[in-house]
Amino acid sequence: MSFISYLVNGISLGSIYAIIALGYTMVYGIAKMLNFAHGDVIMIGCYIVFTMMSGLEMNSLTSILLAIAGCTILGVVIEKIAYKPLRKASPLAVLITAIGVSYLLQNLALIIYGADTKSFSSVVEMEPIKLADGQLTISGVTIVAVVICIVIMIALMTFIKKSKSGQAMLAVSEDKDAAQLMGVNVNKTISMTFAIGSGLAAIAGVLLCSAYPTLTPYTGSMPGIKAFTAAVFGGIGSIPGAFIGGILLGIIEILGRAYISSQLSDAIVFTVLIIVLLVKPTGILGKPIHEKV
Amino acid sequence: MAILEVKNLGISFGGLRAVDSFEVTIKKGQLYGLIGPNGAGKTTVFNMLTGVYKPDDGTIKLDGVDLVGKSTMDINKEGIARTFQNIRLFKDQTVLDNVKIGLHNQYQYSTLTGILRLPKYRKIEKEMNEKAEELLKVFDLEDKKDYLASNLPYGAQRKLEIARALATNPKLLLLDEPAAGMNPNETKELMDTIRFVRDEFDMTILLIEHDMKLVSGICEELTVLNFGQVLSQGKTSDVLNDPEVIKAYLGE
Amino acid sequence: MKKFGIKGTNKSIKSNMITYLMVVAVYIIVQFIIATGSMSSLMQGLLVPLCIYSIVAIGLNLCVGYLGELSLGHAGFMCVGAFSSAFFTKYMLDSGMNETVRFILAIIIGTLVAAFFGFLIGIPVLRLRGDYLAIVTLAFGEIIKNVINVLYIGKDSTGLHFSIKDSASLNLEEEGTLIINGAKGIIGTPRQSTFTVGVILILISLVVVFHLVNSRTGRAIMAIRDNRIAAESVGINITKYKLMAFSISAAIAGAGGALYAHNLSTLTAQPANFGYNMSIMILVFVVLGGMGSFRGSIIAAVILTMLPEMLRGLADYRMLIYAIVLIAMMLFNWAPKSIEWRQRHSIKGMFQKKTKEVQ
Repeated sequence: MSFISYLVNGISLGSIYAIIALGYTMVYGIAKMLNFAHGDVIMIGCYIVFTMMSGLEMNSLTSILLAIAGCTILGVVIEKIAYKPLRKASPLAVLITAIGVSYLLQNLALIIYGADTKSFSSVVEMEPIKLADGQLTISGVTIVAVVICIVIMIALMTFIKKSKSGQAMLAVSEDKDAAQLMGVNVNKTISMTFAIGSGLAAIAGVLLCSAYPTLTPYTGSMPGIKAFTAAVFGGIGSIPGAFIGGILLGIIEILGRAYISSQLSDAIVFTVLIIVLLVKPTGILGKPIHEKV
Repeated sequence: MAILEVKNLGISFGGLRAVDSFEVTIKKGQLYGLIGPNGAGKTTVFNMLTGVYKPDDGTIKLDGVDLVGKSTMDINKEGIARTFQNIRLFKDQTVLDNVKIGLHNQYQYSTLTGILRLPKYRKIEKEMNEKAEELLKVFDLEDKKDYLASNLPYGAQRKLEIARALATNPKLLLLDEPAAGMNPNETKELMDTIRFVRDEFDMTILLIEHDMKLVSGICEELTVLNFGQVLSQGKTSDVLNDPEVIKAYLGE
Repeated sequence: MKKFGIKGTNKSIKSNMITYLMVVAVYIIVQFIIATGSMSSLMQGLLVPLCIYSIVAIGLNLCVGYLGELSLGHAGFMCVGAFSSAFFTKYMLDSGMNETVRFILAIIIGTLVAAFFGFLIGIPVLRLRGDYLAIVTLAFGEIIKNVINVLYIGKDSTGLHFSIKDSASLNLEEEGTLIINGAKGIIGTPRQSTFTVGVILILISLVVVFHLVNSRTGRAIMAIRDNRIAAESVGINITKYKLMAFSISAAIAGAGGALYAHNLSTLTAQPANFGYNMSIMILVFVVLGGMGSFRGSIIAAVILTMLPEMLRGLADYRMLIYAIVLIAMMLFNWAPKSIEWRQRHSIKGMFQKKTKEVQ
């Protein structure tokens, strides 16, 4: 029975990774950059909810909506100021700048909120479900996380397939210059990608802090890197890939922590990343890229 | 005596046959031209000859050694050097260093010798400098040896690329559109240089070119590629008068 | 033709001499200030860390500026260097070996073990490029830190005992000693690192990198950075030279780690000292000093560490300022629009893209 309960925890954590990974995978697919600061946007989202709920005593739904709005704006602003001027620069320059943004967000949070851990009260008020005569408990957060993750994924896929903006995203991810020539507003499309990714980050952040109720300026960075791992695992640029990668990684992490070593759980996740990149760099559902000579 | 023998060479990209049953035999010391309309597969042939692409079928023999399956690095060591259609210099390094990088396998000392600056380091660096300057002189670049490669004018960059390729001491030199972007004067000068390189270094040269004046002026034999297949092959004057070739170039 | 396009051998020799002289001059000045007793103990405590940061930044700059690949795992190589050297020192503590000889050997061991790890990790990692390479080096760095935290090694008359569970499962004899105690790390390493040793190590690192980049190997490394396909076409062994640069870069970080280990009596692998945030901090030094400029790395490491200590009120904002300056520098140096603007107004000197010159 404990195995199944670990599995459920893994799926729960994996759903959160998947939501974060969706942000990575969309930005990577469309802007062709690793947005290192994505994890820190999550952390900012958490602090917004924390401030609204604990400081201003707002209800949880309003707080979450404000956090989503805040992160969306933050994502767009970051893209405009830091990444857009570098769109034609070397990938190394873009990556270092993204690391700079990550550093900036962490230290802003550090100055505003201090280094001490804030305890985050869960926004999910659902009773846990008890199965198999109480031997297996599934917490409310777990159910909410999985449901939200599936809803987001289906919504995103529909959006990309059906809407004009979604089609523009596809076009930009295939070939930026060709899309531009076909009349797609590339800047607007990239902005929108960042907006969606960052909005999702806020949702992921709230779920993450509801499941693991501690909040520090560094809360977002490790899950961020792991979610990137998930995105690579599933195949970068692929939305169902981010979902599959996220869930698998969550399960691997929880099972690794339970059966191998709790201190080595991060090492296990990173080993997965390394193996995937070396054996099948395109991930489970990714497409290969060719270099023109 | 044939230095390069290519038989039945072919490659496909995702179902599209880019080059099909390509054959060519080049004799030592020859100046050979590979021409054809855009997209005919000329650069693809170069990429297969230099191991950038692995051909799906066929054989490539340089001086009797089969090159198929070898890496670009090993093919260079076997004796094929090339230039690129879109110039690929080491932009952030000096003109002299660009040629010295070409000399990499001709003059050797270990990394440790370099770090410890042993006497061997000084001796070989001196030899390399002399050899590199000698090569630069051939291309009239010796007074620009301390410039960054990216600061050279376009024509000089093309010449530097040839000098760098020659530095690897090849048996066969592949030039991919050496006259692209040059004015008629520069092209004429380049023709003289190519001839000079062939005579001075006893070099065999295979070149891709669109400038018909250059092709008819210096190439002894030609192969015309069209839609990945050999359209015509033989003496330059015969090929250029081949009705099929004229049709391919001028359209119906 | 514009004059600043010229880069002569003589110029780089002169530039290297300036760097050596700068280090030596600072050393003499600092010794003088210490002798007059006007240096606060706080500042004195910073001297060795400054050397450590400078050395690791020199190593990372070789990787970022010359190999052209971003490593976020150099804290991991520092960690390997620190633990292997401290392990050696602890192991030899009762052997009666001369202290200085033991310390020199410890530094050499830290350097070599880090080089070995750089080589091992480099084999798979260097097949990747760009973002993927960066994230995988980060992953390796974190794995190293994690593994060291569960490592237990002890010594007794029967030899060495290893475990990854706990100290009890080492089954040491009674008089045996515990050398690495899992997350508690290595305790009781003699504090032999001094400012003098640090400066000597900086100078050695500088000699190695300057000589390397001005040699056949260095040219091959830079050729790969500038144009991999062209480098292959002139017969350069890409894998070999990438591995060489990466291992040497890791080795220098390892030397920094050895210095770190012997500056503290308790050595543990924490996120703060060997986590990827440390790698990023070193990267900040490299970027702000100018990628490709070793002198710049040292200056940036020293100024960015000293400044907040001198201006006490700034200490809280130190990291924030780093971040803002980092982003601003990247935009100023690399944004196509900014490059165009600078060329129009021909701003040269310190704002020039430093990758172009060896300093």
